[in-house]
Amino acid sequence: MNHLKVSGSPHIQGDESTKKIMYGVFIAMLPAVLVSIYFFGIDAIRVVITAVIACIFFEWTIQKYLIKGHETITDGSALVTGILLALNLPSNLPTWMVIVGALVAIGMAKMSFGGLGKNIFNPALVARVFLLVSFPVEMTSWPIPKPITEGLADVTTGPTPLAIVKEGLDGNKTISDMSSELPSYSQEFLGNMGGSLGEVSALALILGGFYMIWKKIITWHIPVSILLTVSIFSGIFWGLDPEHYADPLFHVLTGGMLLGAIYMATDMVTSPMTKGGQLIFGFGVGLLTILIRIWGAYPEGVSFAILIMNATVPLINRGFKPRRFGAKPGVVLTK
Amino acid sequence: MGILRTFALGGIHPDENKLSSNAAIEEIPVPKQAIVPLGQNLGAPSKPIVKKGDDVKVGQLIAEAGGFISTNIHSPVSGKVFKIDNSMDASGFRRPCIIINVDGDEWDESVDTTKDLISDINIESKEIIERIKNAGIVGMGGATFPTYVKLMPPPGKTAEYLIINGVECEPYLTSDHRMMLEKGREIVIGIKILMKALNVNKAFIGIENNKPDAISHMRELVRENDDIQVQPLKVQYPQGGEKQLIKASVNREVPSGKLPIEVGCVVQNVGTAFAVYEAVQKNKPLIERVVTVTGKAVKKPSNFRVRIGTPINVLIEAAEGLPDNTGKIINGGPMMGKSITSLDMPVVKGTSGILLLEKEESSRKVEGPCIRCSKCTYVCPMGLEPFLISKAAKLGNFELAENESIMDCIECGSCQYGCPAAIPLVDYLRLGKIKVGQIMRSRKN
Repeated sequence: MNHLKVSGSPHIQGDESTKKIMYGVFIAMLPAVLVSIYFFGIDAIRVVITAVIACIFFEWTIQKYLIKGHETITDGSALVTGILLALNLPSNLPTWMVIVGALVAIGMAKMSFGGLGKNIFNPALVARVFLLVSFPVEMTSWPIPKPITEGLADVTTGPTPLAIVKEGLDGNKTISDMSSELPSYSQEFLGNMGGSLGEVSALALILGGFYMIWKKIITWHIPVSILLTVSIFSGIFWGLDPEHYADPLFHVLTGGMLLGAIYMATDMVTSPMTKGGQLIFGFGVGLLTILIRIWGAYPEGVSFAILIMNATVPLINRGFKPRRFGAKPGVVLTK
Repeated sequence: MGILRTFALGGIHPDENKLSSNAAIEEIPVPKQAIVPLGQNLGAPSKPIVKKGDDVKVGQLIAEAGGFISTNIHSPVSGKVFKIDNSMDASGFRRPCIIINVDGDEWDESVDTTKDLISDINIESKEIIERIKNAGIVGMGGATFPTYVKLMPPPGKTAEYLIINGVECEPYLTSDHRMMLEKGREIVIGIKILMKALNVNKAFIGIENNKPDAISHMRELVRENDDIQVQPLKVQYPQGGEKQLIKASVNREVPSGKLPIEVGCVVQNVGTAFAVYEAVQKNKPLIERVVTVTGKAVKKPSNFRVRIGTPINVLIEAAEGLPDNTGKIINGGPMMGKSITSLDMPVVKGTSGILLLEKEESSRKVEGPCIRCSKCTYVCPMGLEPFLISKAAKLGNFELAENESIMDCIECGSCQYGCPAAIPLVDYLRLGKIKVGQIMRSRKN
């Protein structure tokens, strides 16, 4: 006689899995990684591989010796964190700093909260911000991209477009004075501008974004609401005074805006559960980004904006519920 | 045809696996022994009125309704009452049953056993309901709620629409599909009887678009009836859920904690409509039903007409045996059916299918941590947050579970089906519903 299993329904399961989602994100990041290797060469490979290996190593070690739980390495989440971290770093960052970043991302931002699914803040962003405030010089001297086809000669460093604008405006220059120093839109779109590994090519990032929406890993709500908010608010200022405020397209294409909107803010663990909540979350990220970029001390604001909004997610989840069957349409606020 | 209607919130589309949809309904010989459980309906169990050693005929009343929400039970076979004793039911508990040793197949004289189709309905609403009550008819889709109760709207409420459930959204099951193809004329008369009983002027027959033959066949049969409309629906699970079907058919939403009559609707399964036809026109009580026996490894996936009380191993033998790699036997469909522990368990009024799942298919994946992907929220047809209420139930926070509407959960399993972390959400939801139900009842007292 067979041994029959007995359990509650449902008795069948779809083919969805955490692993599948993580490897889906991994595939979506490949175009950006490849573009960064094209522009930054060997250094990009060094940063990516260091970040990935360090993240996986730290997760494995902490899981085995500190948390003493089941092995979680194969779910692919450490791999994704590693690549996201790499995409947030300049290609000339010393290897040991990359390793410190991985330790902060995995150890501090992820495992200290209890591991996958329990962290409040996006691990890769926590590491980026940690490195930015700890090593401001190394984290803001960005190599100028140079296609790998032009040989492996020394790279030069320079400021990002956002930093050019920030410093220029502080030095009483107008936007049109700076036009010769700024990359063209097509350069920004294809990736030919100073910046971290992942923020240089808008095209590669958008490609990955569509892939994730197609594979139902993310929904359009967060990226679209962030980019819309950024465009509208920067557009208002630009409309008022185009000589002192950059235009919306510039804001969208530069400074990790797309990297943040498509890959970091959409992180399932640290974003709201309902679509209504996700729209509010995206609005908050967009608004804070523009506030920081225009009035803040840093030229770049996406990372801070996302981390601040990460902290509001439990509150948003409490306020924005899905519409219950049989209830009136609209936002349902519970007690 | 335009855009097909469906329900609004959530929903999933598991593999349909309708392996037996082309297998015509076959009669199975009467078993040697019939095991007739006394609790075959939602509500109170029935009270036996026969005793050990009594001779019974097919269709003879053997147990009476044990309360308002309860039903009569009739003997599905002829023979001698062997004993009234406990036997295993679908949920694995031992429950009282009347066990009858079969001898021949002698029917009660009052039952019309001819094959003639009787289409004239010449009795009034009250008598129709009385006959349905006497015949022991329950919802044949699996919920087994006594049918006559649904036909008597509470004071102040009136029915506007009768909605006939031919959706069969559960993967694998095909008994309703075959019934519509083979017993369509009887079903249409049954629908007319139900409309007369409820005094409604409009009936919809909801059928999912994966059964085009049933849609065209039923359309053909109701062509001359303006008041009965076949409604093709987009394939989406759990469209066969009462509230989902009402939403899809007439775009009304039954409020939380209320019955369909609140929005003027009564839903009945196609199998129930057939049983109503037999009860009212032929005076035949509910003693047999159609059961799908299926599974990927089953040699001959089939639809059988069987007597209530037939042990399921008889059905499995008729489908050419239990496959070697069977991992789980399910009474019902793969999404909401119950896994059973014994092959001696009998077919009851609510058995719509016997599904033999292979070992690999029936294994649960290893549970991982929730990654808060929200997929459970997106697919929930009731607009709930399964991740939240199942966690509340797991941690014993039943107040939170209640405030977050755990009692609205219909246990359709869509959330768990799509969970990437393979969390057994429905196990916790079920536990939470039981506990919250107890708390709510104790508050009332």
